[in-house]
Amino acid sequence: MRKENFRLLARFCAGGLRLLFAGSRSYYAWVAFLLALVGVGTLAYLGQLRHGLIQTSMRDQVSWGFYIGNFTFLVGVAAAAVMLVIPAYVYEWKPIKEITLLGEVLAIAALVMCLGFVLVDIGRPDRFWHIIPFVGLLNFPSSLLAWDVLALNGYLGLNGFIVLYLLFSAYTRRPYAKRLVYPLVFLSIPMAVSIHTVTAYLYNGLGARPYWNSAILAPRFLTSAFCSGPAILLILLQILRKQTRLEIKDEAIFKIAELMAYAMGINLFLTAAEAFKEFYTNSQEAVYIRYLYVGYKGHTTLVPFAWASVACGLAAFLLFLIPRTRKNWVTLNAGCVLIYASVYIEKGMGLIIPGLTPDTLGEIYTYRPSSTEFLVAAGIFAVGFLVFTLALKVAVPIMLGEFSLPDPAPKPPR
Amino acid sequence: MGIRGGDWIRRQRLGGVPAWGALLAACFAASWLGAQTPPPRETAPTAGEGQPPGAEEIQVPPPPFTEGIFPCTQCHDGKTVPLNTRPRNLVDMHDDVVLRHGTDRWCLDCHSADQRDHLHLVDGRLIGFSESYLLCGQCHGDKLRDWKVGVHGKRTGSWNGQKRYLLCVHCHNPHSPRFAPLKPLPPPVPPKEIVPTKGGTP
Amino acid sequence: MSARRPFSAGGAVSPAAEGSPSRRRFLAVAGTAAVAAALAGCKGTSTEEFLQRNFRELSKEEVREVIARLEREYSAKFHRKVRVGNEPPIPGVLFGYALDLSRCVGCRRCVYACVKENNPSRQPQIQWIRVLQMDKDKGVDLQHATPYYDPEKVPEEGHFYMPVQCHQCKNPPCVKVCPVKATWKEPDGITVIDYNWCIGCRYCMAACPYGARRFNWDEPHIPPQDLNPETHYFGNRPRYRGVVEKCTFCIQRTRKGLYPACVEICPTGSRKFGNLLDPQSEIRYVLETKRVFLFKEELNTEPRFYYFYGV
Repeated sequence: MRKENFRLLARFCAGGLRLLFAGSRSYYAWVAFLLALVGVGTLAYLGQLRHGLIQTSMRDQVSWGFYIGNFTFLVGVAAAAVMLVIPAYVYEWKPIKEITLLGEVLAIAALVMCLGFVLVDIGRPDRFWHIIPFVGLLNFPSSLLAWDVLALNGYLGLNGFIVLYLLFSAYTRRPYAKRLVYPLVFLSIPMAVSIHTVTAYLYNGLGARPYWNSAILAPRFLTSAFCSGPAILLILLQILRKQTRLEIKDEAIFKIAELMAYAMGINLFLTAAEAFKEFYTNSQEAVYIRYLYVGYKGHTTLVPFAWASVACGLAAFLLFLIPRTRKNWVTLNAGCVLIYASVYIEKGMGLIIPGLTPDTLGEIYTYRPSSTEFLVAAGIFAVGFLVFTLALKVAVPIMLGEFSLPDPAPKPPR
Repeated sequence: MGIRGGDWIRRQRLGGVPAWGALLAACFAASWLGAQTPPPRETAPTAGEGQPPGAEEIQVPPPPFTEGIFPCTQCHDGKTVPLNTRPRNLVDMHDDVVLRHGTDRWCLDCHSADQRDHLHLVDGRLIGFSESYLLCGQCHGDKLRDWKVGVHGKRTGSWNGQKRYLLCVHCHNPHSPRFAPLKPLPPPVPPKEIVPTKGGTP
Repeated sequence: MSARRPFSAGGAVSPAAEGSPSRRRFLAVAGTAAVAAALAGCKGTSTEEFLQRNFRELSKEEVREVIARLEREYSAKFHRKVRVGNEPPIPGVLFGYALDLSRCVGCRRCVYACVKENNPSRQPQIQWIRVLQMDKDKGVDLQHATPYYDPEKVPEEGHFYMPVQCHQCKNPPCVKVCPVKATWKEPDGITVIDYNWCIGCRYCMAACPYGARRFNWDEPHIPPQDLNPETHYFGNRPRYRGVVEKCTFCIQRTRKGLYPACVEICPTGSRKFGNLLDPQSEIRYVLETKRVFLFKEELNTEPRFYYFYGV
């Protein structure tokens, strides 16, 4: 039985590889572009390996920056697969069910990027094995980073397994075992919530950083994840509809957009709540949010970005809330871009930098990512997009039934 | 007040021996046989030879005299330089000493007039220069208390062993004890000036 | 759609799937060693250094080997005989430190004495002590503090000075958050870092409320003639690029009964140090008789570094 499955797996891999190399011109152009970016990023990273993290703009006063900002944002994107899983499986809502797989593939790609950003940020990547449980020494349960390691890799493994299993089952024309898949999928819901909560907690637990030490940080993480992650997916779904024969119903897309609108509303409310508490109480802890929104002691670097984030988020909220603009493809896609930009700022640099500026002794160091950081980040994003593209190149034909065994694989003997 | 104190000291010098001094003289007289010739007035021995009542022996490095200035009796031997106990600004010698210590003070408030190699306490007892902390401690008692425990002043040596003490005067110029401001060492390099070295590009 | 045995191809499942713990461990170690050997090789890390475990997990024999290897490496690098000590904590000792804010004049001699003693990088500059100049009429107010003062003479009119360094907290946030347990509190109260185990994630730096920790962003550079060759594994031995470091109360000195370098150099005697468990110590006297306060006390880190007003 095992031998049979391994042979099928081999055929699956071989067939998948063939698919990867058989595409349209635009596919090749896109992959080539991504590979070029990966190359550029790799060169930049090799420079960073050679000369050290001093090639970034991070210094003792602002010891986390662009890399960790991107990491935090992408954890939210990874959690967004939940958006699709909840209605699809919990409510048995058919229009979404078929495309949930794509959400999980997106989660995998996002997680790969997350792990990439962590790897490029640590000072001793050659010592990464120290963080592997049972191999190194993981400070569980005390350190939230330890929780993050377990949660992210667990979620990656879970999604990876579900996706591969579903695809392999579809390829071999065997029905997937509901008894296996459904519990795992249901497990992925709290796991998705957990990865984002754990990431929020790793900032939240630091009393040294009052900007992060606010009780609504974790809820804000969740709401911003819910409104930004699916945005990428909505755009991608429209691209897939055009480029392949994949059938995605309009109402599925509009439903996701509607759910996102509610998440955006709550997100805006929580942001306003945070701002009220700080500005009204006006204690010394308000210096951080002041630095972000109005500038502090003449330092106003982040202010335009902060307000751009608010404006984009508000605009996106309205576009998604009003049914007329939600169901208009132009405004819908505009809204997707706007909310993506808004949350990218809010959960990226808009979270990390004000948390660390002014620093614990009141010093302000204006952090601007260096060219090394931009190039390495571009490379990692390219890796993520590449993973997503290549995965879909195999997954979509399987979902359409175009890539599968000629006959259903023989049922295993009982 | 200083003048009054000076008057009082002069009275002690020129007047009769105070009552407690008589007691001490009697004690010394009782140990006449086999003992050294008792000094005509009560003196506190220098460090290491016996202590004024209540003081414990504290090892200190020698006082930081200006070169050649000690012993004072090189000049103040009672003959070469005439004794003038009138408070005044000095012009011929020691005019480099700027006295900025409290108000209405002058030299003989601390320096013994006729035993120039000694200082004297308020009650007239003479002490050596290496016990000057007793003198300072008369007015600065809280500092003396802290110093004896090891909490006042520069601390070197061993936290679980013998403490190394310095005299007050090793850090505080007794004539002008307030610390002069000093030039600070350079400030730290700000983060934006910490840049890659050896060919790295930002 | 009958229930059936699941297919366990599991391409994305992590490698440590089956096998006995030792085999699993071996495979995992071998696998990661192979993968990261390339990275390690690039930076010139030896295999023993790469595979060295957390210091607390090493046997006595392994510790001896590690110390010998380090002494060899440092001596070769700096062309001098370097000694790496491993003095254990003295029993019955809990270190405490007190700083007299009414006496500190901001001369920064402590900063440079520490640099001379503890071998931080000179280029780029790392200093473990930061002296903040504050306004007398605002008190301890970090929003009106600066470490970059540079007047002709100190103290400046209307200002006071507050040096900050690692407080060796009793309840340290940095120890709580380190994902690999590279930093921990020793029995004598010093929070130490195993420089060979730290992965450089800088979570501890985000967690420290006193900004006490420093990171080696670049290869640390110490002129060989400025090296202090008497070192301790947890203290002032030369560090590596990509690891975190901080004040260790001069562990290489204090575990031998000496004062930290900053205490000895202070010209105004503002710094006091000793054993909190010894009722006769100077530090206990300060705590019992002076007006003492804790920096950022509300964060409940319970520092062993006490600021007081001695005058």
